[in-house]
Amino acid sequence: MEHITLLLAIVVVTALVFDFTNGFHDTANAMATTISTGALKPKTAVAMSAVLNLIGAFLSVEVAKTISGGIVNENGLRTEVIFAALVGAILWNLLTWLVGLPSSSSHALFGGLIGAAVMSAGWSSINGGTVVTKVLLPAIAAPLVAGLAAMLATKLTYRINRNVTDPNQLKSTAKGYRAGQIASAGLVSLAHGTNDAQKTMGIITLALVTGGVLAPGSNPPMWVIVSAGVAIALGTYLGGWRIIRTMGKGLTDLQPPQGFAAQTSAATVILASSHLGFSLSTTQSCSGAVMGAGLGRKGGVVRWSTATRMFIAWGLTLPAAGLVGAGAEFLTKQGPWGITATAILLVGGSFAIWVASRRQPVDHTNVNDTEDTADEPQGVVTTAMAAVAVPPIGGPAADLSTTIPAPASAPDDTTRPAATV
Amino acid sequence: MKIDWAALASVFGVSLVVTVALVGVFTLGIVALSKLSATAAGGASGGSAALARTGAYACFAACVAAVAYGIYLIVA
Repeated sequence: MEHITLLLAIVVVTALVFDFTNGFHDTANAMATTISTGALKPKTAVAMSAVLNLIGAFLSVEVAKTISGGIVNENGLRTEVIFAALVGAILWNLLTWLVGLPSSSSHALFGGLIGAAVMSAGWSSINGGTVVTKVLLPAIAAPLVAGLAAMLATKLTYRINRNVTDPNQLKSTAKGYRAGQIASAGLVSLAHGTNDAQKTMGIITLALVTGGVLAPGSNPPMWVIVSAGVAIALGTYLGGWRIIRTMGKGLTDLQPPQGFAAQTSAATVILASSHLGFSLSTTQSCSGAVMGAGLGRKGGVVRWSTATRMFIAWGLTLPAAGLVGAGAEFLTKQGPWGITATAILLVGGSFAIWVASRRQPVDHTNVNDTEDTADEPQGVVTTAMAAVAVPPIGGPAADLSTTIPAPASAPDDTTRPAATV
Repeated sequence: MKIDWAALASVFGVSLVVTVALVGVFTLGIVALSKLSATAAGGASGGSAALARTGAYACFAACVAAVAYGIYLIVA
């Protein structure tokens, strides 16, 4: 056993940071609907999800042997390349969090890896066909499968309970939906901990093997398992409230039966896909399920403007993370100063994004507010309009959203001045 | 490039059937159980209450089995 070099230590820490961002980026998948329908209090929901993620990290012994599952040729992958890939993935995760859009953490990692590997060893290190089968096709299939299942399930559940009108009976069914939703959300959290914490364990193990600390083919040491589990749980507990708001409130308005149908559909799709050999992204399945549930209720609406922004983010994930990864790899290739520069850029970039997020903080207290406030950070035009236009008396929020007439309530009014910064 | 259409199709089919079945069974369960609270407020007779209760528990048992299988899939 050799000494852990400084570079290796940096990679391990960066991998744990990625694990952390993965946790808080994906809290929304399990808990957004649970929070927005009020089945659980926001803090309780993220705490439960964090604990289940932590348990999930220890559940399975079958740790990912590859980072990318064959997209990138990982033989002779240098430690710097892994570092550069992680930088790309982390920055993309933080950026999508800032604008509150759910996007796949795995795809961000794949993107970073592709960019870094191309910069390091040329295009021949990429398996173009695998990119299509493992990234592009699942990105189209996941929301369709989960959405269709959630839509049919929503229609069915509303049909079965359409005769329930007695107030006591309604109270009882509401309680039932809550319980069912919490159970499904728990399953999603558990599956997430198992899959994604293990991805980080795989990365750290691969880096340790590349650095000559571990023998090839060895299992991850205990400290790797523990730290990966703790990092993802901490990230989950912190909660990516911006993304939770988009998923729980931004895409559609969820009633408890819809939340239950959406979450059950997501859990089923995730488990079925990973065990039938066609892995689908957790994030994309959950977003699709939420939209499907929105369409399944009579009078339900999906806000396609928000959905479109989300789809664009999915499309950009691979190239954007890839570009950052490639840039980072270009720097790290220059030698120790380049690695230092990349590390500084990563910390600086993350800090800048965090500062930007403080201008309009979203946390457990305002996570369920209406979507006008959630819309604003990225809508330059909207912000400008809000700053210039004189709000018509009575219906101040109506012009902000093109798809739904937002209720002209007091909260919309009070949040408005914040947008004029 | 080889796309595993069979796997994709089975994911599609299994997800649809399982989701709809689970949600349907669970909804039947909670609706049956909710009849009991309506009963308490002065509704159905004792015999139908027992029937509703048994039916509800059967539905929930099926759902618990499905969740247990899900956990088994995660662990395995």
